[in-house]
Amino acid sequence: MAESNHIIEIRHITKNFPDKVVLDDVSLSVKKGEFLTILGPSGCGKTTLLRLLAGFNSASSGEILIGGEQMTGIPPHLRPVNTVFQRYALFPNYNVYDNIAFGLKLQKVDKREIEQRVKRALKMVGMTDYEHRDVQSLSGGQQQRVAIARAIVNRPQVLLLDEPLAALDLKMRKDMQMELKEMHRTLGITFVYVTHDQEEALTLSDTIVVMNEGKIQQIGTPTDIYNEPCNAFVADFIGESNILNATMVRDRVVRFMDKEFECVDEGFGENVPVDVVVRPEDVYIIRNAEAAMFHGVVRSCIFKGVHYEMFVDTPDGYEIQIQDYNAFEPGQEVGMLIKPADIHVMRKERTENSVPGTMVDATHVEILGEQFECSAVEGINGGDEVDVKFDFTAVELTDDPDDGVSWGTIRFILYKGDRYHLTVRTDEGENIYVDTHDVWEDLDEVGIKIVPTALRIAKRADK
Amino acid sequence: MRNFVKFCSRRRNWSLPYVLFMAVFVVMPLVLIMLYAFQAKDGGFSLENFERFINQPEAANTFIYSIGIALITTIICLILGYPAAYILSRLRPSLASLVVMLFILPMWINVLVRTLATVALFDFMRLPLGEGALIFGMVYNFLPFMIYPIYNVLQKMDHSLIEAAEDLGATPRQVFTRVVFPLSMPGIVSGVMMVFMPTISTFAIAELLTMNNIKLFGTTIQENINNGMWHYGAALSLIMLIIIGITTLFTDSSEEGANEGLL
Repeated sequence: MAESNHIIEIRHITKNFPDKVVLDDVSLSVKKGEFLTILGPSGCGKTTLLRLLAGFNSASSGEILIGGEQMTGIPPHLRPVNTVFQRYALFPNYNVYDNIAFGLKLQKVDKREIEQRVKRALKMVGMTDYEHRDVQSLSGGQQQRVAIARAIVNRPQVLLLDEPLAALDLKMRKDMQMELKEMHRTLGITFVYVTHDQEEALTLSDTIVVMNEGKIQQIGTPTDIYNEPCNAFVADFIGESNILNATMVRDRVVRFMDKEFECVDEGFGENVPVDVVVRPEDVYIIRNAEAAMFHGVVRSCIFKGVHYEMFVDTPDGYEIQIQDYNAFEPGQEVGMLIKPADIHVMRKERTENSVPGTMVDATHVEILGEQFECSAVEGINGGDEVDVKFDFTAVELTDDPDDGVSWGTIRFILYKGDRYHLTVRTDEGENIYVDTHDVWEDLDEVGIKIVPTALRIAKRADK
Repeated sequence: MRNFVKFCSRRRNWSLPYVLFMAVFVVMPLVLIMLYAFQAKDGGFSLENFERFINQPEAANTFIYSIGIALITTIICLILGYPAAYILSRLRPSLASLVVMLFILPMWINVLVRTLATVALFDFMRLPLGEGALIFGMVYNFLPFMIYPIYNVLQKMDHSLIEAAEDLGATPRQVFTRVVFPLSMPGIVSGVMMVFMPTISTFAIAELLTMNNIKLFGTTIQENINNGMWHYGAALSLIMLIIIGITTLFTDSSEEGANEGLL
């Protein structure tokens, strides 16, 4: 079979919890011996996906194959995988040796062999001579090493790691990252690693799967993901970036910040709205404003160890983040340059809001669970099912409890240089997108108002 | 006056009423028990009360019988209580607290009232009172003291330990025998202590549920003291205290976290 080098096949997995969809039609294959990282913010479904692989939860629909075998209905103890838990989950009633030997004893492995394998596993994680220690007397890092030894000693086909380093301090985390990578190389088994730390993902992985809101956003190598993010979410989540609204004028020419820039992207069409991503280290900052493509005034400059991080305000109201080895004083006039190859153009996921609704009367439409005022539309009567579209800028957010028509929570904030692009999840569970200059915080409760004239209403086509 | 204010403002002195109470109603009786136990009727020091306990089979037999009843009660409570606690710990938290509440509710009614009700129940069902009724009554009265500490330990147990065991290849039965049960030992120890110790010295339940036909050690002590045999009664109490003390020490050293289960 063509799939023979795939150790894990995840096909159309959906997982519903009573009040929300945690995984939405996720498909993914993992190559044998690969170090695959599932990366995403908390609540994106990455841990749930790992738990489905381990067998602690079952999917609502879809199938998982491990080593070519159907895993539906197979309990965790019969699966050829082992897990390293975030909070170690060492058995406090056993010492280090018995914790590691736990799985081997259950398999009734010969006593001599158990001893050899436990010793080898301990050596691998750098914990030789700790056999008889009480696990609760160990530090966090040592406990995690024992937990890793306890999993790899069973020689699983796949090792699942659920944010194994999240509870460790920075220095220890860096050391353990290197050791994990080394271990992966020596053992040759497949690692599926879950983390919310993008740097960790970039350092460790052969392949990164970026997830958000239960959906896979992008699958690729660390370089692909970093250099060619497929949408604004990935660009924002991986590394620092300047994400700006732009228009693809024609092939190889893109317009943003009211200027045309040369780029290397083709095939988007003419005058198509797009997003562009420019990494802060790809903006060249120079003293001489004459030779620059655009200019601005340095607002802040912070030393970050190797480089300086600067924010520069342009005259037309954009804020550009720049990383450079040279420092420029706040208040200083500077010029900036961007190379064509460093401008990354992405198709916009959406250009306007579109929600289903019901016409109440000539001047009111029910959307997002509430009645909104609108302008009368000919040919549409009360009770008609309609599609309602409105621009991102037509929405006004308020924190006055008497002012909002409908209510929601801010789920995602994307800074676009001159404005914030917010994802607001309404109390009815629909997402709407808002462009605003106001500063809101993640998870803020907001009232939603929409300019009546901005609602574009069309009768829904019968299905 | 100033001295009085100063005296009252020192927080340490606030405990004085309690210390006084303890001295009069706890320490003094214990000292008196000691004194009486080692006194002959004429008031001189003697070991005759203890000799009498050893030489007179009646009291010693009652003592052994009481320990036997207490053991049986404890074992039955454990056998019934552990699965109950285990199931409780698996319920939704809101539902579990409701059921725990139902278990504890009878505790609000005086033990004598409950026991009299048990007698009435046995009468109504035409069941004979006696040893069986005694054990039933004891288990009924002390079961919640077994369930609660075990439930507490199980409910607080880190669920990822169970998942880790499954993940390493343990069948549901092995998960229980190798992880859940050993980790619930502190709760079991607490439960056993809370059932075994009071059951040795009960007498009201025994008197009511056996129509005075079966004597437990508590009854023997009570009878002796009621009949004016203070010295012998004191010696018997001391023996019981020592036995309970030994059990406590034994469980304390064997299981450091024994008290964890209580809260």
